[in-house]
Amino acid sequence: MSTARAAAVLLAKELRLEFRTRELLNATTVFAIVVVVLFSFSFDPTAAESRRLGPGLLWIAFLFSGSLMLHPSFGREQANQTIDALRMAPISPFALLLGKMLANFLFLSAAEVILIPVFAVLYNVSITGIVGRLALVVALGTAGLCITGTVFSAIASHARMRELLLPLLLLPILAPLLIAAVEATADLFAVQPSLSGSWLKILGGFDIVFFTASWLLSDFLLEE
Amino acid sequence: MLAATLIFFGGYAGLFIAPDEKTMHEIQRIFYFHVGLWTAMFTALGLAFVGNVGWLITRKPRWDWLGVSAVEVGVVCCTGGLITGMLWGKPAWGIWWTWDARLTTCFILWLLYVSYLILRGLIEEPGRRATLSAAFGIFAFLDAPLVYVSNRLWRGQHPAPVLFGGPDASLDPRMLKVLMCSMAAMVFVMVTVLVDRYRLERLRHEVDELRVAAETRPVSSGCAAATKS
Repeated sequence: MSTARAAAVLLAKELRLEFRTRELLNATTVFAIVVVVLFSFSFDPTAAESRRLGPGLLWIAFLFSGSLMLHPSFGREQANQTIDALRMAPISPFALLLGKMLANFLFLSAAEVILIPVFAVLYNVSITGIVGRLALVVALGTAGLCITGTVFSAIASHARMRELLLPLLLLPILAPLLIAAVEATADLFAVQPSLSGSWLKILGGFDIVFFTASWLLSDFLLEE
Repeated sequence: MLAATLIFFGGYAGLFIAPDEKTMHEIQRIFYFHVGLWTAMFTALGLAFVGNVGWLITRKPRWDWLGVSAVEVGVVCCTGGLITGMLWGKPAWGIWWTWDARLTTCFILWLLYVSYLILRGLIEEPGRRATLSAAFGIFAFLDAPLVYVSNRLWRGQHPAPVLFGGPDASLDPRMLKVLMCSMAAMVFVMVTVLVDRYRLERLRHEVDELRVAAETRPVSSGCAAATKS
């Protein structure tokens, strides 16, 4: 079975599993909203302050809720040892990683689609003119988060204290992504929205580099 | 022996022989230790990368030993570099820390390799520990070149490069000699400590193997002795 087809089958499995209970989606979205609300206590969310501090807070909310959501990605497979069944299937290990990356991307994007309008309303930030460009920046950033997060979820699933270990491993690696995403979002939230190519290049480059690295290392990540 | 001599001479030269720098005078002399520590750190992390790749390709334990030893020594060098940088920065710039490109990427590098060591502590089975930490080490190494070029790509608080920089970068010849000496000294000290740590790791591995052999040894001879007496 080709890698793409195997990944599609695995993606369908993840989606079907998730939509039976929707527990992960609900928990991720609600947690992200809780984080956004808590941040409102740390500064006075006038329009000017929100434009200054909002992008950073938005991306930190995405990172925290994403880290929580990524842990069950491979953590779920440990419960009934389904990871062994997946390993024995006649598919390349990269197909397994790719299927999970796509599933995580879709779940996190669903949470973000709900979170961004909530954020805009609570913090008095207008997103009407910039929806397309904001969607591009958020998609690239979320892709980077899901690519690295799925790989590190695979690494951390074999260790003790894996709930703490995953954010510990993930967040330093994501620092360049976070910086580029926050700067790009800040440019878009400004009074005169603009989007500079250099941040997009950094985001895209990060995604490509880590996707390639995960493809090269996929065999080692999933071995016994 | 050689390392001790080089360190002594490098330190002496740094403190007494090198000429006085124009604006910062005595404080600048920490430059020789600061740059030496970073050179040693980059060498150590490069060796760690070699160890990580070597383990993944050959599965021979000695590459894993090289990986963990080099990362431990590299983290110590990085910590030293950050502290000497802060000690230099306070008198020179008036601030302990700033978030410019080089300092930020360097701090991230420190965090990544400390996480590597924490990850190793949390996985018990040796083969899996080696594989997963090697994979993480390769990801972590992707930040190291970024630290080196961050000074050239973005102008920030940290001084511009003096060794391979543009036309403005230059160094008094006596300072250059002292700098080379101190860099060599730091790298030698790093290698000495790394070799010691490597030997320690090899001994730990042997002890583990002996313990496993002792625990799985068949006990029939012991039972025979007990029934006889």
